[in-house]
Amino acid sequence: MSPENAPDPAPVHRPQRPRWALLGERAFEALIRLSGVSAIVFVAAIFFFVLREAAPVLVREDFSLGQFLFSTEWYPTSATNVRYGTLALTVGTLSVTALAMALAVPFGLGAAIYLSEFCSARVRETLKVVIELLSAIPSVVWGFVGLTVMSRLIVDLTGAPVGVNVLNGGIILALMSVPVIVSIGEDALKAVPDSYREAGLALGATRWQLVYRVLLPAARNGLLAAVLLGVGRAVGETMAVLMATGHAVHIPQGILDSVRTLTANIAAELGEAPAGSDHYRVLFLTGTLLFLITFAVNLTADFVVRGIRRK
Amino acid sequence: MRFARTPHVARKERAEVAAKAIFALMAAAMVVPLVLIVGYLVYLAWPSLGWEFLVDVPRRGMTEGGIWPAFVGTLYLVGISLLVSAPIGVLAAIYLNEYARDNWFNRVVNLAVINLAGVPSIVHALFGLGAFVYAARLGYSILSAALTLAIMTLPVIIASTREALASVPMAFREACWNVGATRWQTIRAVVLPNSISGILTGIILQVSRAAGETAPIMFTGAVFFKAVGRGELFPYGLHEQCMALSMHLYTLATQVPNVKESLPYATAVVLLGSVLLVNASAIALRVWLRGRKKW
Repeated sequence: MSPENAPDPAPVHRPQRPRWALLGERAFEALIRLSGVSAIVFVAAIFFFVLREAAPVLVREDFSLGQFLFSTEWYPTSATNVRYGTLALTVGTLSVTALAMALAVPFGLGAAIYLSEFCSARVRETLKVVIELLSAIPSVVWGFVGLTVMSRLIVDLTGAPVGVNVLNGGIILALMSVPVIVSIGEDALKAVPDSYREAGLALGATRWQLVYRVLLPAARNGLLAAVLLGVGRAVGETMAVLMATGHAVHIPQGILDSVRTLTANIAAELGEAPAGSDHYRVLFLTGTLLFLITFAVNLTADFVVRGIRRK
Repeated sequence: MRFARTPHVARKERAEVAAKAIFALMAAAMVVPLVLIVGYLVYLAWPSLGWEFLVDVPRRGMTEGGIWPAFVGTLYLVGISLLVSAPIGVLAAIYLNEYARDNWFNRVVNLAVINLAGVPSIVHALFGLGAFVYAARLGYSILSAALTLAIMTLPVIIASTREALASVPMAFREACWNVGATRWQTIRAVVLPNSISGILTGIILQVSRAAGETAPIMFTGAVFFKAVGRGELFPYGLHEQCMALSMHLYTLATQVPNVKESLPYATAVVLLGSVLLVNASAIALRVWLRGRKKW
């Protein structure tokens, strides 16, 4: 008997889900996809809306982008000659960030090494909780600590005329970015395969030799990414530096000089700048600049991390 | 049995001990500031702290009295921002972890999440001002400020939810697909019930982040002062401006002359205390749930 002549098989009873359930599922999945791409929409929207407020000043004849980027003269409310130069603010941001990183990177990486290689599981759990709590302290509380406690300490210990300066902001920012560096750095060290450690120990290396001969080179990219994310956090921090670095728009001569950063400048002046004025638009332009800087830093950090995954 | 130590080995071991001590000190250097800062703030805040401080309103040009309007304002902002960011964040994480294939588009989505997390808070403030206050015509209001906060907290909710989803073993999903369930049925019946605790902990942690933010709400809806009844539970409408704890601390510390000495410290302690309390309970919840996990 050929297959064509075979009798139809007995109808199988396939339970079907009701139509509304299928439609509901479709709709919900569409919602999930929509939320998934929302991150792109929001990043684009942030750039768009910040640039939109800034754009009109860019096309004005008396505004020069060169002056905006490379002049140290920031006189937004001068009655006779208004000048918008952000170089002093950029240098302020860089100096505070550099000092913060000089403190936070060795301590952060040291703590990451201790956490992943030297301490017991119990100590590790405790320290991770402490790091989490440390990273939860709001920036305005850090700023308040800088303004009161730290500034008094600095005046007493160094004899500086004012306690709110690069040193103060640097210490506060270091404390704020250490948790990021520790947790990402520890992840990077954890990602090194255990076989590397076993090979090192089998050759008779001590833990310390293992760390600086094997683990640091192997985890180099991840550690670099940790540092970059720390830099990103420090550059973008607003309230803490607003309160802890003093308000002097000039190139700092030493770490006991007061400065103002790009972020603090926006926070300090946005309230006074009338909406739609040149001053207001230049502040938005500064925001665009900040967005681009942190965008570049984060992108670099991501590519660096991706580099290790490829390997 | 142990071999006699050669000078080389002895030197090696000394280096080992020294390295361990130095790294331990660096780790300890993180614990010390946390304890010192909290202790010192509480010490200076002590004269003002108490129930009365929490439920009273600011008096005499904010130089005396309590923090009730600011406290409630923060609850408003955090609550509303959470209503927006939690659903979007959780759904986005489900997309990234359960649906997204590894192609260029989803790599861009991932990059966007990472970059959204890195945008400085003051840029979020500028965005909120440009988009919600002016373009969407919401004005300076609780709604504008809460939406700004929501977008700011979104990437962290996405990250923590993804982590919770990723911790559900792949075999669970495969078992479910094999009995004929669709992707969404699998997520609802298997993935979400097994990760809901992790998702909730992430959201709770996010609450504490949002409560401490100052810059994003400063120019979108938070004000220096607003008159509110003592202990009043629902003092604000959504289109009104409100006070917020973080902003109140900034104001007391920098803008108000002749404040009672312990007042800003007490405000800082209440803010820090609530944030750390919420955080600590989320961590405790996580540790407890991890102990109950069956795989």
